[in-house]
Amino acid sequence: MANTMHLDIVSAEEALFGEEVEFVVARATEGELGIMPRHAPLMAKLQPGEVRVRMPGGEEQFFYVSGGMLEIQPHVVTILADTAVRAHDIDEAQAQEAKRRAEEAIRDRSSEVDYARAQTELAAAAAQLRALQSLRRKRGS
Amino acid sequence: MSGAKEIRTKIKSVQSTQKITGAMEMVAASKMRTAQSRMEATRPYAEKIRAVIGHLAHAQPEYRHSFLVEREVKRVGYIVVTSDRGLCGGLNANLFRKLLPELQHCDQQGVGVDVCPIGNKGAQFLNRLSNIRIAAQATHLGDSPHIADLIGTIKVMLDAYREGELDQIVLVYNRFVNTMTQQPTLEKVLPLPAFEDPVLDEQRYGWDYIYEPDPASVLDDLLQRYVESLVYQAVVENIASEQAARMVAMKAASDNAESLIDELQLVYNKARQAAITTELTEIVSGAAAV
Repeated sequence: MANTMHLDIVSAEEALFGEEVEFVVARATEGELGIMPRHAPLMAKLQPGEVRVRMPGGEEQFFYVSGGMLEIQPHVVTILADTAVRAHDIDEAQAQEAKRRAEEAIRDRSSEVDYARAQTELAAAAAQLRALQSLRRKRGS
Repeated sequence: MSGAKEIRTKIKSVQSTQKITGAMEMVAASKMRTAQSRMEATRPYAEKIRAVIGHLAHAQPEYRHSFLVEREVKRVGYIVVTSDRGLCGGLNANLFRKLLPELQHCDQQGVGVDVCPIGNKGAQFLNRLSNIRIAAQATHLGDSPHIADLIGTIKVMLDAYREGELDQIVLVYNRFVNTMTQQPTLEKVLPLPAFEDPVLDEQRYGWDYIYEPDPASVLDDLLQRYVESLVYQAVVENIASEQAARMVAMKAASDNAESLIDELQLVYNKARQAAITTELTEIVSGAAAV
């Protein structure tokens, strides 16, 4: 059989992706994970960031997850995303704006802003931007 | 003669009401379809989590998460999902009718009650009750709620459960059976019932996951997400129920308006006929007198 595995990306609101893929890269709490078919069973928490997927034809797709869980079995990979968004859908201006707001909030700690929350917002915005940039690099080349 | 003009005005007003109910019926029908497909879309996530938790619970039998442990019930939390708006038949009333005996029962047993209304109608109703505490609430979620809008509200209840303030959490909502039937449902969410391991018996203990960072925190996260997704599903299902109930209620209203118009038309015709007859009699008797 072909050297592929099935990848499901589901969020609480909808199923986003469910196809055979060759290679998946996701950002777990302990660092980036590259997953090939026949990976050992693994369960990891995901950080906000992009998920890169290589399809059998060599085409690549990007998703943005703002956290979630990753479950790996030899031929099935499941990403339980908190909110997964296709990288195309992210409005860059919006992401920039969110990042700016978050940075401002961190700088301005005297105001009654929850520091931890601001920091996660910043991480999420930065990850969205990263996903966008890699998408653009891909298109540019 | 009982004013033909008055009756005509009345018919006009019933007709315009009928137009409104007719429009609402159609809007509700289309919204119901959207809500139904959203209901379908939420299923894979919960199923997947359930399968994973099932595996975890069996692979790690020594780790007992507080969400899975039964304890003596001293205080119960109810998450009550209702609609934001009215005009949906007896949907919310039926739900309250089911909930009230339950609350009374708790009261008699000396069990404290915390409620967390989701939706405007529930918030209004529960505000009037005594003996209960409203821990948190979420209203005006609209027709396409996002799980992000609910997480804060759910967290209040989950934190109370974790800290031992609550010993049980019950989810109250309208289950969508079909367009004609919506079932008011009370569902125990926490402690969670034991999970079935979906993996076949011979494989069952043969392997385990590599956990990153560790099994306990992974299970923590999974359980929290599972409960959140249960509540989210209930909210989505309640929206589908609301639209279905509204559609049926508006259909009944339109039909009522139709029969009311028919009756009024009859009265109007009679009044008109009587007026003509009187007029004729007057002319004839006038002519005879000359």
